[in-house]
Amino acid sequence: MSLDFETVRRIAHLARIRVEDDELPKLAAELNTILGWVEQLAALDVAEIPPLTGPVSMALRMREDVIDDGGIPEKVLANAPERLGDYFVVPKVVE
Amino acid sequence: MGYVIEGKTGPWEVVIGLEVHAQVISQAKLFSGAATAFGGEPNHQVSLIDAAFPGMLPVINRECVAQAIRTGLGLNAEINLWSRFDRKNYFYADLPAGYQISQYQHPIVGKGEIEIELSDGSTRRIGITRLHLEQDAGKSLHDQHPTKTLIDLNRAGVALMEIVSEPDMRSPEEAGAYLRKLRTILRYLGTCDGNMEEGSLRADVNVSVRRPGEGFRTRCEVKNVNSVRFVMQAIEAEARRQIAIWEEGGVVEQETRLFEPGRGITRSMRSKEDAHDYRYFPDPDLVPLVIDAAWVEELRRTLPELPDAKKRRFMEQYGLPAYDAGLLVAEAATADYYEKLARGRDPKLAANWMIGDLFAALNRTGRSIEDPPVAAEGLGELLDLLTDGTISGRIAKEVFEIMVETGEGARAIVEKRGLRQVTDTAAIEQAVAEVLAANADKVAEYKSGKEKLFGYFVGQVMKRMAGKGNPALVNEVLRRVLGGG
Amino acid sequence: MSLTDLTLAEARKKLRAREVSARELTEAHLRAIEALQPKLNAFITLTPELALAQAKAADERLARGEALPLDGLPLAIKDLFCTEGVRTTAASRMLENFIPPYESTVTAKLKAAGAVFLGKTNLDEFAMGSSNITSAFGPAVSPWQRPDDPRPLTPGGSSGGSAAAVAARLALGATGTDTGGSIRQPAAFCGIAGIKPTYGRCSRYGIVAFASSLDQAGPMARTVEDCAILLEVMAGFDPKDSTSAEEPVPPFAEALKRSVRGLRIGIPKEYRVEGMPPEILALWEKGAAWLETAGAEIREVSLPHTPHALPTYYIVAPAECSSNLARYDGVRYGLRVPAEDLTEMYEKTRAAGFGAEVKRRILIGTYVLSAGYYDAYYLRAQKVRSLILRDFTEAFREVDALLTPTAPSAAFPLGEKMDDPVTMYLNDVFTVPASLAGLPALSVPCGTDAQGLPLGLQVIGRPFDEEGIIAVGRALEESAGFAARPALAAQE
Repeated sequence: MSLDFETVRRIAHLARIRVEDDELPKLAAELNTILGWVEQLAALDVAEIPPLTGPVSMALRMREDVIDDGGIPEKVLANAPERLGDYFVVPKVVE
Repeated sequence: MGYVIEGKTGPWEVVIGLEVHAQVISQAKLFSGAATAFGGEPNHQVSLIDAAFPGMLPVINRECVAQAIRTGLGLNAEINLWSRFDRKNYFYADLPAGYQISQYQHPIVGKGEIEIELSDGSTRRIGITRLHLEQDAGKSLHDQHPTKTLIDLNRAGVALMEIVSEPDMRSPEEAGAYLRKLRTILRYLGTCDGNMEEGSLRADVNVSVRRPGEGFRTRCEVKNVNSVRFVMQAIEAEARRQIAIWEEGGVVEQETRLFEPGRGITRSMRSKEDAHDYRYFPDPDLVPLVIDAAWVEELRRTLPELPDAKKRRFMEQYGLPAYDAGLLVAEAATADYYEKLARGRDPKLAANWMIGDLFAALNRTGRSIEDPPVAAEGLGELLDLLTDGTISGRIAKEVFEIMVETGEGARAIVEKRGLRQVTDTAAIEQAVAEVLAANADKVAEYKSGKEKLFGYFVGQVMKRMAGKGNPALVNEVLRRVLGGG
Repeated sequence: MSLTDLTLAEARKKLRAREVSARELTEAHLRAIEALQPKLNAFITLTPELALAQAKAADERLARGEALPLDGLPLAIKDLFCTEGVRTTAASRMLENFIPPYESTVTAKLKAAGAVFLGKTNLDEFAMGSSNITSAFGPAVSPWQRPDDPRPLTPGGSSGGSAAAVAARLALGATGTDTGGSIRQPAAFCGIAGIKPTYGRCSRYGIVAFASSLDQAGPMARTVEDCAILLEVMAGFDPKDSTSAEEPVPPFAEALKRSVRGLRIGIPKEYRVEGMPPEILALWEKGAAWLETAGAEIREVSLPHTPHALPTYYIVAPAECSSNLARYDGVRYGLRVPAEDLTEMYEKTRAAGFGAEVKRRILIGTYVLSAGYYDAYYLRAQKVRSLILRDFTEAFREVDALLTPTAPSAAFPLGEKMDDPVTMYLNDVFTVPASLAGLPALSVPCGTDAQGLPLGLQVIGRPFDEEGIIAVGRALEESAGFAARPALAAQE
């Protein structure tokens, strides 16, 4: 599989990373090198193999339903690039 | 023949499925210890986990899992003892992590069903496809600033249950009944408060149309419809839009739409269009959710009686007709009120007073059954006075209105205002004599055969006695005095 | 002997014996940093005031005879650990001005144990890289030099700043994180020891995430003993991390005294890769011989899916990273490039905030998870991951630990292996399999190449058998007697 420029553009948009047109050839080539290399896995027969999501084999631990966090708006907002009162602010979104 | 829409080229059937997002009742959020309460100051109910700070990790809230299991049991559904959380990846300003933790491949609850009732008295079973747990997003406020959108993350991370129905509904009425029934069940279970205005219950409606007998055609999803009425309106509007497209030779495109209640139309949601590739994958910060079967059984044992069972019991135990029983079980609090009222009293009388006078009083005063103007004990006292003959039915209505208005007890009102009914025959005889004397002409008419006037005399006697005459005695005396009787 | 030349264990003894104060020890290291930081660029942020305050508090406790386990010991913290009130950058423009209002569990444990934090060390951006070249703050430089070649060498990556700082005697020890080799490879390149614990052993809470199913924190120090002392404090169950293991933390330093006699040590034949420098092959054989001499039994074992580990890793890690790094959107913290609309703001912010390698990995990860490719790439990689784990499980039926080289080469000049991304990825060939399987592994310096650059051997153990690899590591360390000093080391 080889990524054309259109696909790279689409992926970059999905990832919300601006890629300028003049960056495309180099980027596409790099991505294709990586994909071409990882493609060697296609040679393995893994039809019967269960996927491994992570190395931990335990079951999920559960927390009790108590309020022990929150109430820290200053911490939450202290690093905000832009804020208005206690709100985060982004450019106007039209739905 | 069920519900159809007549188009220019013939009849169309509507196919409806609902995805309901129900906010789980819990103290803390699904994966953090921040509070879930509605209406807090902006960003005050936010932990650094909810705001997706670097290195923050989710830890699941046991109660949210329990609530999902309870709901699954209430929907007669399979509980999956092994389920898993996936990430649904998309960018949005009120989605702090850039992904929503949800259950895509392996939901906690599988197939179930609920029974709905329609206005003609018929019932239908609607299949539940699945129920899964997921995080809510925050809130974007678009109307507070001319060029900015404000973000409040208080809701971000609150647990939601997404309850997906099969495409089993065929009319706006069925969809409405389904949503109401689902809401009733959730409220009974105490797993969601069902408040659509505050957004605790939101519906996405999948609508498609087809010629009767056909397979499914392309569906559109109408997002975030926030009342039963709007769900019904949105279905009709969307169905008519699709019919128009098909009939003009066009093709309905699968897309996400928004209902505009003011204009009664749905419109395309462009902002969601490129979000289709969600790149779901298992959340590596969480391991599989493995539930002990014994825990499920414990939760099953402690489930409250659900509306269907309660309705059946009301019909059997109290001899109520299905319609009355249905009205009384719609809310658990109403059913509780009724059972308190009916204990040791005539159950039918209790039902009539609740459905008639109490419900009217609730409507008029804008109060809820949880906070009624007259409590079950108070209404019970009134019914007792009525039953033991202390007051007449007419006086009882009057006393009830005074109770609603003043909050005074029935007995006190009757005593203070001297509303006790008169059973003294001599007093009644005197009133009868006075009425007949004053209406000699009518008496003559009556005697010449106009027997309808008997009721008039009863009314006049009651009036003269300020409503306090025992109606049976008044009848008896009148009949005797007017003779022939 | 100068204060900066002490091992952590020695310094601890001297502190407790009141032969030296925490303040003196800290000041010696701060002076060393002052002298060498301009050349090594090992730190992104220095915290001398914090260090001196911590040293003062430690001295007070020491004076009262209430010494905490790490009281007064100056450490360097990889700038991937969030530290409350101290800028945490992950070596990215994206977080250039980010000041966390919270402390990672691992650094909180170190602080609570009395450690002194000298500063935050350089790394590859978001820990993605094997040479430090991707740091937005310029790469850390190895304190080692080739005698006949003035080009600066890579300290390795991603924990290159930590490795350089420890090797150059700027800190007694450091924290690192290891996703595919980021503790072990820089430790090998810089001639120090480093342990990547079992996945779940150290809490990930408060560590800027790269690939959640692989990331593990671990210690880096000049001796196996020092690593064991640090690990004992860093490890432990944390209810704030759902993947944290509820395993008791044994006294790791006790394992140093264990003999390797009777242990079965596996030599995985698939690690004998083509093109491996003969010096590394020779060192590997020497290492096996040392262990044999010490009474261990050497066996060849097979891990047949080893060749597939690296491509598997380079699907799994980017996939997780593409999602983990979605939170850097310019809304709540970090860089924002202003724009007219939200999408444009996202795209410009992330284009400006991330470096080339991070972008490549996000894009690869986005692609392998996208509709239509998930099964072919991500799901397949997870299945191969199963096979790799199965290989290890089988091997550990026959042996108690595995011995391999840590890296396929010694340190190379900064800027080399940049022809294409895959060339750089091949650095991780020996470290990635244990990461995918979540196994504990350590690197210990065992010799030098012809140009005097350090080489390390890796010991891989069973899940939660850090004690086992510490015992083997100590035996290797003892036999190797590695005593080479980097060209740039503190002179005090």
